[in-house]
Amino acid sequence: MSDFVKMTINDIELKARKGQTVLEVAEENGIYIPRLCYLKGINNEGDCRVCVVDVDGQNGLKSSCKLEVYEGMKVNTGNEKVKSSVKNSLELLAANHSFECWACSREHNCEFLRLLRKNNVQNPLAEKQEHGRKERVIRDSSVSLVLDSGKCLLCGRCVSACHTYTGLDILSINKRGSDSIVESIDPISIDNSGCVYCGKCIQACPVGALTEKDGIMKVQEALNDPKKFVVIQPAPSVRVALAEEFGYPVGTNVEGKMYRAFDELGFDDIGDVNWSADLTIIEEGYEFIDRLQNGGVFPMFTSCSPGWIRYIEGYEAEYLPSLSSAKSPHMMQGAMTKQYYAPKMNIKPEDVFVVSVMPCIAKKFEIERPEMQSHGHRDVDAVITTRELARMIKYNEINFRDLEELKPKGQLSQFTGAANIFGATGGVMEAALRTVVEVLEGKSFDEVEYKMVRGTEEIKEATLNVHGIDVNVAVVHGVRAIKEFFEILKSGEKQYHFVEFMGCIGGCVNGGGQPITLPETYEKNDFIELRSKALYDEDKDMALRKSHKNRAVMVTYEEFLEKPNSHRAHEMLHTHYKNREYLKESK
Amino acid sequence: MITLAKLMKIKEKTLNEVGDKFNKNIELNSLEIRDKLRNAGVINPLSIEEYIARDGYLGALKASQMKQTDIIQEMKKSGLRGRGGAGFPTGLKWQFAHDANADQKYIIMNADEGIPGDYMDRIIMESDPHSVIEGMLIAGMAIGATKGFIYLRIEYPKCKVVLEKAIKDAYELGILGSPLFNTDFKFDIELRIGAGAYICGEETALIESIEGMKGQPRNKPPFPVTEGLYGKPTVVNNVETLCIVPQIIQKGGHWYHKIGNPETPGTKIHTISGKVKRPGYYELPTGMPIKTILEQVAGGMANGSDFKAVLFSGPSGGFLKKDELFRRTGFDTLAKNGVQMGAGGLIVLDESNDIVSLCRSFMKFNMKESCGRCTPCREGTVRIYELLKKIESGMGTDKDLIQLEDLSYYMINSAFCGLGQSAPNPVLSGLDKFRNEFQNKLYNFGEGK
Repeated sequence: MSDFVKMTINDIELKARKGQTVLEVAEENGIYIPRLCYLKGINNEGDCRVCVVDVDGQNGLKSSCKLEVYEGMKVNTGNEKVKSSVKNSLELLAANHSFECWACSREHNCEFLRLLRKNNVQNPLAEKQEHGRKERVIRDSSVSLVLDSGKCLLCGRCVSACHTYTGLDILSINKRGSDSIVESIDPISIDNSGCVYCGKCIQACPVGALTEKDGIMKVQEALNDPKKFVVIQPAPSVRVALAEEFGYPVGTNVEGKMYRAFDELGFDDIGDVNWSADLTIIEEGYEFIDRLQNGGVFPMFTSCSPGWIRYIEGYEAEYLPSLSSAKSPHMMQGAMTKQYYAPKMNIKPEDVFVVSVMPCIAKKFEIERPEMQSHGHRDVDAVITTRELARMIKYNEINFRDLEELKPKGQLSQFTGAANIFGATGGVMEAALRTVVEVLEGKSFDEVEYKMVRGTEEIKEATLNVHGIDVNVAVVHGVRAIKEFFEILKSGEKQYHFVEFMGCIGGCVNGGGQPITLPETYEKNDFIELRSKALYDEDKDMALRKSHKNRAVMVTYEEFLEKPNSHRAHEMLHTHYKNREYLKESK
Repeated sequence: MITLAKLMKIKEKTLNEVGDKFNKNIELNSLEIRDKLRNAGVINPLSIEEYIARDGYLGALKASQMKQTDIIQEMKKSGLRGRGGAGFPTGLKWQFAHDANADQKYIIMNADEGIPGDYMDRIIMESDPHSVIEGMLIAGMAIGATKGFIYLRIEYPKCKVVLEKAIKDAYELGILGSPLFNTDFKFDIELRIGAGAYICGEETALIESIEGMKGQPRNKPPFPVTEGLYGKPTVVNNVETLCIVPQIIQKGGHWYHKIGNPETPGTKIHTISGKVKRPGYYELPTGMPIKTILEQVAGGMANGSDFKAVLFSGPSGGFLKKDELFRRTGFDTLAKNGVQMGAGGLIVLDESNDIVSLCRSFMKFNMKESCGRCTPCREGTVRIYELLKKIESGMGTDKDLIQLEDLSYYMINSAFCGLGQSAPNPVLSGLDKFRNEFQNKLYNFGEGK
């Protein structure tokens, strides 16, 4: 039997592979079929009925995303019946949609708006006053996520994304009929539903129904307040993703322009979380060495990813002692900015306002944790995502592409290549190894690249002989892989010493706060690969590539922190965790 | 374990006990046939012995001695078509499930009868519960399923009691749960109660519901006969379909095929409500002119009522006017005239009934019962309902009428499942046959003439 079938689409004769859907075949042959709820590899339910086609000999129209090809199939994608159906579907959806495009975070890449334009849809049903609208429910009590039913098209992509990426099934479409609404398991508060804030639902949303909790307003207020000394600090992975919001190819590093944009936006000082990434390595590295030499708890887990922290606290709390007590880099940076850097410039900690730019929405939750403070001052005051930063730049009518590059001079903005790679999966591990190996061996090595922990494989393992000890390390990213890894861990097959965890697949470069791209661009580019490569490239070009060689960090120890894991360092740079397994039970 | 000898013993004993109870005549109209309802009002539905005394479980006995393919062949010969509304040939359905290769197969009886005005399934289950259990047994033998589910709507508490008792008795007698008639075939039946959703009468939504999920239809294909309950081949049959199976096996496919309209052989139980003298349920051979049903069976219009139309299968059906009453019943025969026979419920309307208001009320039903999965049904039903409300209130415009028609055709073409695809039927049928009633209600209609 042949693996191919002959069929026609719009009278064009085509050869298609068995098992393919009509949508896939059409796409391969350059025939465009509009779609809404279909998201490759994530959602394929055929619910929105926007991708309908007319098939000869079949009653009614069929969703092409679900329809498998067969021998002799005759498909029409654009006759009057199809066109009018697509238009009707879009009109019906439009009638319930809250069009606030000017104020919507998805104004520039809204899939729905594009569909409406492309299909020349009017809004005849909403014009009529007597036509009822659905009650609009905005769930914004969460610190990280906002759900707006007024914009929701009930396509179900977020629900599928949650299922595909995390397997936690936090979101679902509740109620029925026209009362249907996307909610978390606990409809009132997503915070209590066991969500780890990976943000994949936001990125799957075709419109602005799911967004991060706004942080811009708080930042703008601080900028407008003359008494405030506002410091901004971007995460390592922000500089390699921000460019996409301004039309650059995926994986362009715009570090210099980003710094200039901070300056133009009116920030009083520019820090860089890369600095505290180096600091983290020192703290976490020495913690590891301490555990190794003094019989501490193994394995030791990294603690930079707040999504991962949320997961372990909520689902695997018995392993909490394994977690490194080090705060995540930007929290350390906030604490040091307020307690060390500002006082050096005669600025009082209470006048400092620290803003973090993060690829992540879980960071918004992290800064609200009560223990994230030093001497009564919140370590970080506001978190904005990469997307929000881009929006701020656009709101302020800054022409990003024309900006000249800037290199900040502040002490807390200097970093090594080890900090750069924090943004990619395996990066924290590699950076840690660069320092830990040298400290333990007591000598300096030229070779700094640990390629065995690089790459996008979901669970990476390696064994290194360091100073006579076989050290087993592992790198795990993405909630599904984390779940899998805990099964391996519990089976007791292998003893691990050091494990890096990231809540998102690919690490921070693919975080839930990174720019959203239209599905067709997303399908064509390997975003994780390209963004990570930009980080590794920058690392390669750096003169210093080991965290303990960062002078700006070492000076801090001399002037303020004394030594790694000192009492003062513990006070400012370390934290504790909480058993939140009630989240698991609440599900 | 049950055997023929045991059945015969029970029969003899019971016949002695009941005396001449079975010979008492039930008053019937001369046009009625009692095949499916042969036990209704005759036996005590709570007594398995009385069912056996009326030759119950002899069909299953016969089937147990037949090859699977022969059972299916017999069903095909009978020409029986599913009575749930779609009219799919039952033998063919069984054939598909039989041919599908799997370690486990299921039989589901769809007893989620939800169309307003329909209650034929309830009558069958309440009066003769063992006939459907036996039907399921035979279906199980034919396709090789060892487990059956009855999905009963929650609004039928009496059926629940009767079925529970019947299942319990069948287990105690060794008809269910033990090897049947010296074969190694064992069959189990579990009763599942719905939670009130009309959409769960759609077979794939019903399957989702049994699996413990939200009752929402699945995409087809794959059809349940290849991938149904828990991904296994599953036959979903309606109550009225299954209850006649034992008799078809016992008397042969040819016997059944000779009854009624050749394209829909056999009988149909019609439930007639509305403005007639004798509303109620009637088992009639198919192919009977509707005029005959209304006048001779239901006794004509109630006093003081003038016939306006008859509506088939409620919120997903269509109207027939006076000059169309010569049409005969049968799935294809009626479909040719744009009316779905559906499950056979008839609502008779007189001149006091308003078509627009009726359409509006049925659309409200569909709107409330839409699962909300696909855009056309979730949003379309709401908008059509609102348009009808507007027109009814006298504020409608010509454009509204066009939009009403447009949206209705759109739903028929693009909705996901049968509910959405048939929800606009009354509206379109109403617009086709009573357009003036819609137009007369438009704002300022006819002024200036």
